[in-house]
Parts: sequence; C-alpha cells; structure tokens
Amino acid sequence: MILARIVGTVVATRKDPRLVSNKLLVARPMDPHGKAEGNYLVAVDTVDAGVGETVLIVSGSSARMASGMKDCPVDAAVVGIVDHVEVAAGD
Amino acid sequence: MQLAKVIGDVVVTMKDEHLHGIKLMVLQPLAPDGSAIGRTLVAVDAVGAGVGETVFFVRGKEASFPFYPTEVPTDAGIVGIVDHVDLA
Repeated sequence: MILARIVGTVVATRKDPRLVSNKLLVARPMDPHGKAEGNYLVAVDTVDAGVGETVLIVSGSSARMASGMKDCPVDAAVVGIVDHVEVAAGD
Repeated sequence: MQLAKVIGDVVVTMKDEHLHGIKLMVLQPLAPDGSAIGRTLVAVDAVGAGVGETVFFVRGKEASFPFYPTEVPTDAGIVGIVDHVDLA
C-alpha cells in the first residue's frame, strides 16, 4: 500500500456500469515525510476521503477486496484516511 | 518476497472494515547488504514486527492470505522477521 495526498476528483459520466456511484479521486503518492513522489493516479474512494487528506491506497487486484469493490474494474482503491505517520529518527 | 526494514507505523482511524485490528507499518525495502533500495511503502503486519526490525514481506493479493478467510484489502504484508542473512 502507498501513502498519498488527495489532490482532486474525477467526474466521468460515461463509465463501466460497475463504477456507477463510486467516487473517483486524483491522488499524488508521497513518502512518509510528506514529500510528493511518483506519478499521479486515479483511485476509487471507499472511505469518504476528501481533497487535501492523506490516505492509504491499495493497488492491483487487491483493490477489488476493498469494501464494495468486488468484481469492479479497479486497480487502485482508497482504504483509509491517515491520522498520522510515525517514522523512527534517522529513517 | 523482499527484504525490508520497518521504519515506522501509520495511524488510520477511518478505514476499510476489514483493516480493523491490523497493524500498518512503513517499510523501506533493502538490498541483501542492508542498504536502502527503492521507495517506501505501507504493509500490514501478520507476524508482530516492530520498528527497527528487518523483515521480509510479500506483494500482491497474497499479502492478505495470513488473515484468511477475512479478505483484507492489502497489496503488501510482512510475513517474517529476519534473524540474519548469509551471503555467499
């Protein structure tokens, strides 16, 4: 799983029927210190996350194990809203 | 599977129901010589690992197998704590 910050939402009228009524978010992956890294991605929201929040994103086929995502065509799902990250000194 | 060092943990209150009661750790993947390699990631903990320990973890859907039959939505999971690595 990766840490990411939500930077936007995606509006799509025409989409796979199994994606109807799911919120799609644009996320920017980040390291544990909050520094952005890597490419933006679109993830389906399962925990009511919002723009500006730090979240936990699960990728690949595991994304379909998120709540309500069974058999949905997704490869990234937001499964948690991060309160805080604790990193050992020096790492 | 890959070697990694546990460098921290993540506190998440609002989360998928199947993640409740599961510890989430921040991992830094390691080369066999112990040097950091690649990006950090968050993994579920199936073995009771702690910050500072060297572990090995599995990627993909298999990361949820230690919690079977619960379908934990994760793509990375710690499955072992490393005592030592011997290199030829």
